[in-house]
Amino acid sequence: MAIRTKSDPQSYTFEGFGSEKYPNLMLRGAGQLDNWQLRIYEQQHEGYVALRKALKMEPSAVTAEVKASGIRGRGGAGFPTGLKWTFMPKDTEEKKLTRYVVCNADEGEPGTFKDRAIMEYNPHQLIEGLVIAGWAMGCKLGFIYVRGEFKWLVDKLDAAIQQARDAGYLGKDILGSGLDFDILTYRGAGAYICGEETALLNSLEGRRGEPRVKPPFPATKGAFGQPTTVNNVETLAAVPPILRMGGGEYAKLGTPNNTGTRIFGLSGHVKRPGLYELPLGLPLDFILNDLGGGSSTGRKIKAIIPGGASAPMWDASALDCPMDFDTVKARGSMAGSGGIIAMDESTCMVQATLRLLRFYAHESCGQCTPCREGCNWVVKILTRIEAGQGREEDLPLLESLVPRINMRTLCPLGDAACGPLESALRLFRPEFEHHIQHKACLATGVPLLASLGAH
Amino acid sequence: MSLPEPETSGRPLAPGERLPLGERSTLSPGAEEAIGALAAKYPEPLAATLPALYLAQEDMGFTSLAAMKEVARVLRIPEGHVYGVATFYTMYQKKPVGCFHLQVCTNLCCALRGGAQLFQRLCERLAVHPGEVSPDGLWSVEEVECLGSCGSGPCLQVNQETYDEFVDEARLDRIIEACRRGDVAEWGK
Ligand SMILES: Cc1cc2nc3c(=O)[nH]c(=O)nc-3n(C[C@H](O)[C@H](O)[C@H](O)COP(=O)(O)O)c2cc1C
Ligand code: SF4
Repeated sequence: MAIRTKSDPQSYTFEGFGSEKYPNLMLRGAGQLDNWQLRIYEQQHEGYVALRKALKMEPSAVTAEVKASGIRGRGGAGFPTGLKWTFMPKDTEEKKLTRYVVCNADEGEPGTFKDRAIMEYNPHQLIEGLVIAGWAMGCKLGFIYVRGEFKWLVDKLDAAIQQARDAGYLGKDILGSGLDFDILTYRGAGAYICGEETALLNSLEGRRGEPRVKPPFPATKGAFGQPTTVNNVETLAAVPPILRMGGGEYAKLGTPNNTGTRIFGLSGHVKRPGLYELPLGLPLDFILNDLGGGSSTGRKIKAIIPGGASAPMWDASALDCPMDFDTVKARGSMAGSGGIIAMDESTCMVQATLRLLRFYAHESCGQCTPCREGCNWVVKILTRIEAGQGREEDLPLLESLVPRINMRTLCPLGDAACGPLESALRLFRPEFEHHIQHKACLATGVPLLASLGAH
Repeated sequence: MSLPEPETSGRPLAPGERLPLGERSTLSPGAEEAIGALAAKYPEPLAATLPALYLAQEDMGFTSLAAMKEVARVLRIPEGHVYGVATFYTMYQKKPVGCFHLQVCTNLCCALRGGAQLFQRLCERLAVHPGEVSPDGLWSVEEVECLGSCGSGPCLQVNQETYDEFVDEARLDRIIEACRRGDVAEWGK
C-alpha cells in the first residue's frame, strides 16, 4: 500500500476561497498532504459530526433533509438526490432483498478531475456521506467504484476505511445506533463507459462494462440484482455538510433550484487551471477570466466546453452565462460534470472535434450499432477532412449522422458524442469548409495534422 | 507528422489473430491463494473476476491466455467469461509490456497543452513504436485517454505512478532517467 506523498498539482486556491462568500464544503484542507487522516478530519473539519446527528434522526428524516437542501447529482445528469433516494423500495424485508449504495468514482470524462481531489484530501468526508446514505436508505453495504488508473486513491481509501472501522464509524452497531454498515472499494480497469451507472453495476459484478436496458432502473434491480442507488463522489461528499448545516441553510447557497456549491475544473488554455469550489450560478466570465486568469496564451478564447467533453461547445458569446444546471441547459449545452475546457483562437476545431470523437469511438462498448459504427464513421470522415482529402459532401453527411446517432442508443454515450460534433459543425463551420476547399487550416494556417497544441 | 496510431490494447483482433498464451502456464502458489481468497470478499464470486485478473497480470507479467485460464480455474467460473472481461478492459495488457510501460494522455485537455507532441517525442526518445517492447525489454509506450489530470496536463503514467505536473520535454527526460536509475517501480512490482 502506497500513500502518495506528493500533492495534487491541480488543487488551486484563490483569494476568498473558503470565505463566507465562497465557502468550501468539499475541498476543505485541499493541498495539505495529511489532510486525509481521520484525526485531522475530526479535529479541524467537524468530522463525523453529521453522522452522529443523522443516526439520532429517523432515516426518512435524513432523506427529507437532503431533499430540502435541493442538491442535484454532480455526476452529470443533475438529478435531485433526495428524490433519487426515495426510489429505493421499502418492502425489501418481505422480499428478502438487500439494498446497496454505490459511489461512482469512475471519473473519466475529459475535463473532469474533481472527484480525485475529494478522495485525495477528504476521503473521510466521502465515507461519512456514504454511511449517512446507507442509514437513510437502509443499506448494510456500500461500494466505492474507482477507476483503474487511480490505484493510489484505492489504497488511500482503503487506509481511510480501516481508520473509520477502528474508530467505530464503520462496522457493527455504529456509534451504538444499531446500524451495521461497511464499505468495499472496487477498482475498474480502464473503461470510460463504466461511469454510466448500469455499466458500472455490471462491472462491479465482475462482468463486461456494458450498459443495461432501463427499466428496470437500479433502484429496482441494481447491483447483484438488488435495489441499488448510484451517486457521484461529489454528491455523497456534500451530504455531511448538508446535515451539519441543515438542508434549508445549504439551499441558500447558489440559486433556487440550483443550490449549493460545486467543484468546477478549469483546463485547456487557461492561465490558472485547477479546481474551484463555488456556489452555483456564478457567470462563466467570472470563473474563467477573474478566477482562472483568462487565456494562457494571450490569444482570445474561441471555444468553451462548459461541462465535460460530452457537453456541446459554446463560442465566446456565452461568457455571460450563469453556471447552473438550468441556464446552461437553456443555452444549448449541459452543466454535466463541471469541467470547463477553454480553447484559444489558434485551436483547430476540426482537430479538436476529431480528438473528442476518437475518444467516443474508442470508448463505445459496442452494443448499439448507431454508436459503435456511427462514431467510427465520424472519425473516418473527420480524419479525411483533417488530412486534406475532404469532399464537398462530407459536411452534409456528418450533419445527417447526428440525428441517426442521437437518442437512438441504449445509453447516453451516443448522445454525448453528438454534442461536440453537432455544436462544432454549427459554430465553427467555416473552419471545416476551409479544410475541405483549401486543404489547409483556417486557425493555424498550416496544411496540417496533429498540430493541436503545437504552438 | 502523422496522427499517432490508436493504442493496441483497444484494437480488435485481426481475423485469425490469436492472443499470446504466455511463457508461464500456472500461477505462483501465493497468487493462487490470494485469488482464491477474493471469491469470498464480494456478494457473489463472479465479482472477483476484475481484481483476480489484476493479481494474475501482476503475477504472470501480462494478461496472457494462460493467465485468463488460471483465473477461471481458481475462481471456478467459465473461461469464456474471463476472456470476455479481460478483452473488454484496456488495463489488462493482453501482450507483454516493458519493465516501464509509459502511457501518455492525448485527449483534448492534454492535447491543448502538447500531449500529442509529448507522445511523439517519447516514441522518438525511446525508439519504440506503440504496441511494441524495446529490444532490451525496458520500454513500451501507449497512447491513452483521459487520466483525470486535465488541469495540469499533459499527463504521463509510468506503470502505477502518475506524473501530472505539466510534463514537458525536460520533465520527460528526468522521468526516463529516474526509470533507468531504478527509482520507479518496475511493471508488476
Ligand atoms: C457515458 C457516461 C459516463 C458517465 N461517467 C460518469 C462518471 O465518470 N462519474 C459519475 O459520477 N457519473 C458518470 N455518469 C453519470 C452516471 O450514469 C450517473 O448518472 C451518476 O453517477 C449519478 O450520480 P449523481 O446522481 O450523484 O449525479 C456517466 C454517464 C454516462 C452516460
Ligand atoms: S450507446 Fe454506445 S456505449 Fe452506450 S450502450 Fe450503446 S454502444 Fe454501448
